Amino acid sequence: MKNLLVYLKNYKKECVLAPLFKMLEASFELIVPLVVSAIIDVGIVNKDRNFILQMCLVMVALGLIGLVCSVTAQYFAAKAAAGFGTRVRHALFAHIQTFSFSEIDKAGTATLITRMTSDINQTQSGVNMVLRLFLRSPFIVFGAMVMAFTIDVKAALIFVVTIPLLSLVVFGVMAVSIPLYRKVQERLDKVLGITRENLSGARVIRAFHKEEEEKSRFEEGLERLTFMQNHVGKISAFLNPVTFVIINGATIVLLYTGAVQVNVGNLTQGEVVALVNYMSQILVELIKLANLIVTITKAAACGNRISAVLEMESSMPMEEETGNDAESEKRQDSIMVKFSHVGMAYQGAGAESLSDIDFAVEKGETVGVIGGTGSGKTTLVHLIPRFYDVTAGEVLIQGKNVKEYSLEELRQKVGIVMQKAVLFQGTIRENLRWGKADASDEELYQALDTAQAREVVEGKEGKLDAFVEQGGKNFSGGQRQRLTIARALVRKPEILILDDSASALDYATDARLRKAIREMEGRPTVFIVSQRTSSIQHADKIIVLDDGEIAGIGTHEELLKCCQVYQEIHESQYKRQ
Amino acid sequence: MEKRSKKYQARTLKKVLKYIQAYRIFLALSLIFAVVTVAATLYIPVLTGRVIDHIVAPGQVEFPVILELLWQIGIIIALAALAQWLMNVCNNKITYEVVQDVRREAFARIQILPLKFIDGHSHGEMVSRVIADVDQFADGLLMGFSQLFTGLVTILGTLLFMVSINIKITLVVVLVTPVSLFVAAFIARRTFSMFMLQSSTRGEQTSLINEMIENQKVVQAFSKEEDVLEKFDEINARLERASLNATFFSSLTNPGTRFVNSLVYTGVALVGALFAMSGGAVFTVGQLSCFLSYANQYTKPFNEISGVVTELQNALACAERIFALIEEEPQISEPENVKTLTDVKGNVDLAHVYFSYSPEKKLIEDFNLNVRPGQRVAIVGPTGCGKTTIINLLMRFYDVDSGSIQVEGEDIREVTRRSLRESYGMVLQETWLKAGTIRENLKMGKPDASEEEVLNAAKAAHAHSFIKRLPQGYDTVIGEDGGSLSVGQKQLLCIARVMLCLPPMLILDEATSSIDTRTEMKIQNAFATMMNGRTSFIVAHRLSTIQEADIILVMKDGHIIEQGSHEELLLKKGFYAELYNSQFAV
Repeated sequence: MKNLLVYLKNYKKECVLAPLFKMLEASFELIVPLVVSAIIDVGIVNKDRNFILQMCLVMVALGLIGLVCSVTAQYFAAKAAAGFGTRVRHALFAHIQTFSFSEIDKAGTATLITRMTSDINQTQSGVNMVLRLFLRSPFIVFGAMVMAFTIDVKAALIFVVTIPLLSLVVFGVMAVSIPLYRKVQERLDKVLGITRENLSGARVIRAFHKEEEEKSRFEEGLERLTFMQNHVGKISAFLNPVTFVIINGATIVLLYTGAVQVNVGNLTQGEVVALVNYMSQILVELIKLANLIVTITKAAACGNRISAVLEMESSMPMEEETGNDAESEKRQDSIMVKFSHVGMAYQGAGAESLSDIDFAVEKGETVGVIGGTGSGKTTLVHLIPRFYDVTAGEVLIQGKNVKEYSLEELRQKVGIVMQKAVLFQGTIRENLRWGKADASDEELYQALDTAQAREVVEGKEGKLDAFVEQGGKNFSGGQRQRLTIARALVRKPEILILDDSASALDYATDARLRKAIREMEGRPTVFIVSQRTSSIQHADKIIVLDDGEIAGIGTHEELLKCCQVYQEIHESQYKRQ
Repeated sequence: MEKRSKKYQARTLKKVLKYIQAYRIFLALSLIFAVVTVAATLYIPVLTGRVIDHIVAPGQVEFPVILELLWQIGIIIALAALAQWLMNVCNNKITYEVVQDVRREAFARIQILPLKFIDGHSHGEMVSRVIADVDQFADGLLMGFSQLFTGLVTILGTLLFMVSINIKITLVVVLVTPVSLFVAAFIARRTFSMFMLQSSTRGEQTSLINEMIENQKVVQAFSKEEDVLEKFDEINARLERASLNATFFSSLTNPGTRFVNSLVYTGVALVGALFAMSGGAVFTVGQLSCFLSYANQYTKPFNEISGVVTELQNALACAERIFALIEEEPQISEPENVKTLTDVKGNVDLAHVYFSYSPEKKLIEDFNLNVRPGQRVAIVGPTGCGKTTIINLLMRFYDVDSGSIQVEGEDIREVTRRSLRESYGMVLQETWLKAGTIRENLKMGKPDASEEEVLNAAKAAHAHSFIKRLPQGYDTVIGEDGGSLSVGQKQLLCIARVMLCLPPMLILDEATSSIDTRTEMKIQNAFATMMNGRTSFIVAHRLSTIQEADIILVMKDGHIIEQGSHEELLLKKGFYAELYNSQFAV
């Protein structure tokens, strides 16, 4: 939470002024009982009508000044809080943008989204509340005590005893109940989990007719939740009655002491009334303070979660341009991509996902990557645009280590089509231009033709201006896949990676697509990741992966002869019974 | 419009009352305790005032009277505190129990809702109804109600006490107080549009955040980080302005009403002091002090009530959403003397089946199919062509629009869902596992399976070797929806799950789509044994896996366009032939 406070840096003035004005307002509030006491002791006793009128005008004036102070304070608080929220939001979003794939995998997108939205909102309103109330309430509590001292020391001692006692009760109850509330939350999460599970698994649950069993599982979760809620409820139900007893008990003592003091002439009747008023002001503020602390604990918890994300360092820091010109000489090399004894282990994983991968690809070659589930195909191609860093060996593009390119330059060279076909809200044109910001319609159509996606665009009203809903929901899986391929092609990348991106296409379209890519001008170096041998059998080179290791490299025919893994894969798809 | 929503609210309120009825004793108690609390709380200032009246000046303090009064105050305090505590306990009890009842009913309803509803609604949204809406409804409605009730009792009680002391000063209070309501209402009206702007801007931003963070990898692949951040900042700047306005203007309510309160206070002080000054027993200093504390208490519930009303409306809206779920039309319930499917051999007949998800878009029309025991039916076609629809109909996840589906000559609508579904073993493309141990998941279809049976099934599905390597083997707890397992591993578990219970008919919907072909080939043997003598329906992508089927259904755009054996279809040189040949084309 602490390191979030830097985002209030530009609002130092507001952060000082808001509480200051709140305290001013509170001070005026504290004067009111003194005025009332003066009305009683001077005005009523002396039957001085003018004095009473004057004092009432003073009270109205106090109210007005209080209003002005408080409005000023609210403005500064709102300004600081809104500014704080905006800055944290910007900082967090910008920070997430620097994450490498490892951090995104680790944090999880759902978590990141919650941090960006509800957590920041809660923290923002927490800041607002703190600026407005956190100083005000203690100030009134202690101010009331100080005012009591100015009236009578003996009576004030009652305040000295009451305030710690009250604080003990209020904070004691909270100290006990806040951890319990966390337990309530845990149990609620459990209930939520079961509900979600039953929706996503409705088919399976019904197929196995587990409805009754699920109901009793839910019931059990519910009962545990209700039990805990009642338990906490019983404890926090004490808060109000007990504070009520303490304050009023103190008032009784105060009245008695007051009576004694008045009797000996140390106090006046009006002063006793003022003391009683101060006592009741304390009660109101303490309750406000207790509510405030609940808000603050929540906000602080949210703040800590945000901090945790901000503290996650990108494992792939943007380094300065390594403008080493001598290095670029080597780019004449005809080897486009070279993996040199590459090993790669995901963060926190025990074993390597890829080990000792060693191969070289010439410019313009088409490479097929094939292998079983979890054999490391996607990991391998993700190393080329440096989505992850290798943990052993090196990846070279045109003779230069990928770590020596700026990420921007490197990714400019690579067009990648991911397994999950994602489109963004906007027009088709906007989506395609992700590949190249200033691409002309002609260039776009060229890419669409190659990707076999012209018919997708032609079929939509508005053609390139047709609207794409969030996530591309208004396109079918196959249409989305073809559009994402086109998007990668618009850039005319030197290296094109198709990560199982034709899976939703039927065989015929898939074949036409591969043919068109081979005939593209400039002939990119192509990596095709696939599970089907038919998609890659015409590649110049096929890399067969088995459990993170290369089981064979060669052409279709070569592999059929000498690579057992490849033979098995091929047979499994072509076997005739 | 207004009238209609009022009517809706009334109806919702009636339903709410139905839930509360079970706890009416607690509700009555709560109300009684509330009245006691308020009365006692209000009586204390009266007594305090009397005490003050007996503390006049040096030598003029009547200790015996004061002590007597202080004792009374003490008793009243104890009474008020006790009543307040009991009221809290009652309120908690009602709230939590009602929440539990509503959730229980909502969950039970989910279990019998037609899949059409579950498929057609966002799960996140339904979960939020069961969790967030119920909480808000209970908190808002019951707490709001109790606040409203105490508020009203306080106002009435204060009025009574005040009138009993002095009518004229009471008038001062009564006349000035409504001003604070006007102030609050005025500010609320003015800020409403600001809040709308804030929440719509927030929504816009959230949707951008969702889109971009979910697809962060794509953003990075295209080096679009800066463009995205720019777009984000533009919305962020607008949000800052909107948020500042909404926060600031809404926070004016509090100082505004407080100012009005201070006016009331001053008014009471002025008039009270003037009365007291004119002397006599008409109005004493003690009564003035009592009135001043009333002036504070009287205005507070007004401020609270204006807040409570919005909260109540909000709560009713939540209640409406959750009731809509609870009252959602369930699947057709089973008639009393419905038959149970027994001795299923595997005869499945579809006659003149018509079905579509929505009336505008016709899907399956006049579909006929006769399957005899042990036959294999393969369903082929491009992705998204509706292959899964057939399975939805066979399992009776959806009912046909017209025509009939019969198993062993019985219309499936005339047998229990349970016996129908028990006859099928199903492996779906979307693998779903429940949170729990691996073993629990495997035994889902056959809870009484022996350890040996479990192991054999896992081995047959080639899942044993990876399960063995998990930290706690078969007792490893997997999270919601499979947690850390890969899609392929989850699919293997789903296959093992079916291999364990071995029902008379099988449905395999892309059962091996995420498993590499080598492992798949090994599983095929197990599948072959399993399918032997069992009627099976197979949806598949890979033509090689379906060539040997007895009947192949070729689907396109939701329609069944061809039907026959592999050889027949090839001879036909239709869509199937094209699909098949493209596999070998370049």
